[in-house]
Amino acid sequence: MELRKSYFADVRKDDLHEIGQPRPRSDSPGHVTGKTAFFADRNFPGMLHLKMVRSPHHHARIRSIDTSEAEKHPGVVKILTAKDVPHNVYTILILIQIGPEDETVLADGKVRWKGEAVVAVLAETERAAQEAAAKVKVDYEVLPAVFDMEEALKPGAPLVNEYHGQNYYLYDSGECRKVRFGDVEAGFAGADHVLEQSYQSSPIEHAPTETTGCVVMPEGNDRFTCYTNTQAMFFTLDNTSIILQMPGSKLHFVGGTVGGGFGGKVDVIVEPIAILGAKLTGRPVCFIYSREEEMQISSPRAAEKVVIKDGVMKDGRIVARKVTGYTDAGAYSRHSPYGAQKGAGHYPGPYTIPNVWIDTYCVYTNRTPSSAMRGFGVTIGDFALEVQMDKLARLIGMDPLEFRFINAYRDGDMKAHRQPTEGAALIECMQEASRAANWPVAEKYLAMSSYVKGA
Amino acid sequence: MAKVPVQFTLNGSEKAEFVDSGTTLLHALRDKIGDTSPKGGCHQGTCGACSVIIDGELRLSCLTLAETCNGATISTTSGLSESGVLHPLQRAFLDTFATQCGFCTPGMIMAAKVLLDHTPNPSRDEVIEALSGNICRCTGYEPIIQAVLTAARSNSQNAA
Ligand code: FES
Ligand code: FES
Repeated sequence: MELRKSYFADVRKDDLHEIGQPRPRSDSPGHVTGKTAFFADRNFPGMLHLKMVRSPHHHARIRSIDTSEAEKHPGVVKILTAKDVPHNVYTILILIQIGPEDETVLADGKVRWKGEAVVAVLAETERAAQEAAAKVKVDYEVLPAVFDMEEALKPGAPLVNEYHGQNYYLYDSGECRKVRFGDVEAGFAGADHVLEQSYQSSPIEHAPTETTGCVVMPEGNDRFTCYTNTQAMFFTLDNTSIILQMPGSKLHFVGGTVGGGFGGKVDVIVEPIAILGAKLTGRPVCFIYSREEEMQISSPRAAEKVVIKDGVMKDGRIVARKVTGYTDAGAYSRHSPYGAQKGAGHYPGPYTIPNVWIDTYCVYTNRTPSSAMRGFGVTIGDFALEVQMDKLARLIGMDPLEFRFINAYRDGDMKAHRQPTEGAALIECMQEASRAANWPVAEKYLAMSSYVKGA
Repeated sequence: MAKVPVQFTLNGSEKAEFVDSGTTLLHALRDKIGDTSPKGGCHQGTCGACSVIIDGELRLSCLTLAETCNGATISTTSGLSESGVLHPLQRAFLDTFATQCGFCTPGMIMAAKVLLDHTPNPSRDEVIEALSGNICRCTGYEPIIQAVLTAARSNSQNAA
């Protein structure tokens, strides 16, 4: 790849020693020799296996749980239910003051999605744990469920999560995240064309090659070492500390080796219950998702719905944009309120639009809780925005790349959330893209610059 | 559960174990013998992370019962480098950035080794075919294909 030194010649440094130089990765010698230790490569004598009894229903009240048969199963050492968990209701982002706590470690009184953890079985072997888990009897009263975001927002929809009181996340600023800039209705009134389209996506599973899990070793002095493939070590440490009501000094987390994650390993799901199991039995505990669990239980990228309405002039300027975004959190918040919020900041796109109006909702449904995945909250938004850009260009009969040059933000432009643009370099990227893709644009676009206004 | 004795050669050394009847080779290698280089990604024969070489053939150790390996010669990625010198495939995976998280890497290297053992100068299509049972979710297949082709080239140079 050729470096074009003509760009930003006055601000670039050419005395770099690291950038542009090949450097071996420190972990790859371990990878190619099979020496890298993933969490499941630790095997301790006397290790117990944890298997979860999971809800077969999308929404149900738990009338009773009977573990007596399972307890008699050969090899079973301990069975855990909600009452064993010191602080059973939690939420991951409480660490940054984003509440309310809305999710149970083990279901208490109710399940809100199919696959929710209800009872944890610890046994001498994986097989014994599995067989015993099948003997746990849970009596459910099935409740009406809601799977569609728009249905969930209608009055009278089944209430998914009592900790919220309504089927959407209540931000400090209200029922959605809002961006208001200029006067969007006046913008539409003065536009040559108005185009409203809606876009939607399905949940997407990360499918890392290594499934989620951890191995816990009790150290004998009421301290626990947890080998885990979490992608969020400090979320995990702090949330575990809250859930187990144990100071962080008693919890020693060993991580940093993740067999693929893509955001799918940032939730705090396996570690607290595995450490609790180790604490109550005094034995090492291994809790590892089967491939089936990984695909069905781990939190996917949220399903989203995005409605975009744009006002555009014949000369290519976008004069108004109104966006309503819906993020399907599933039954619990996890990272979704944050994802929906990111969308609000992102929907103006990398374009300068004088009138912008954005609402983004984080909606609860009885689906698998969604959470982080590679740019969650903005990736689906980008897909929608860029498809919309192509449609707008077609509508006014303009080349789609030239249309983007006209609207691209430059340094100094005020963004809709009132941050002036700095270091944009978008024009330059598009110039390179047009050359690389052999997509010719008029000479005047090749003369543009991100940091000289009007150039 | 009935215990069965099993004896095989692993990476050049003799192993003798008693395993529960029905134990997979993957479990026996990882949990009994302590060779954790084969990885369990799916335990159902679809990801290839557990690939090992048994008597010269590529095998999924998650679908192979340990008790069927009596007298076999088994090799895994952990036995590939000799006295600290990387095998050309390992070198190539390292040099061409063919590994990200590394979880699929031991299985990939085993699949590639069987290919190069049988076909020292494979075509690109033959490499793709040989790796088709191994899933990688991070690296993207292109650097992996390049690594195998690079190793093949360095092998033929050494032979020349
Ligand atoms: S673990 Fe054997 S093929 Fe996936
Ligand atoms: S490098 Fe992560 S699965 Fe291949």
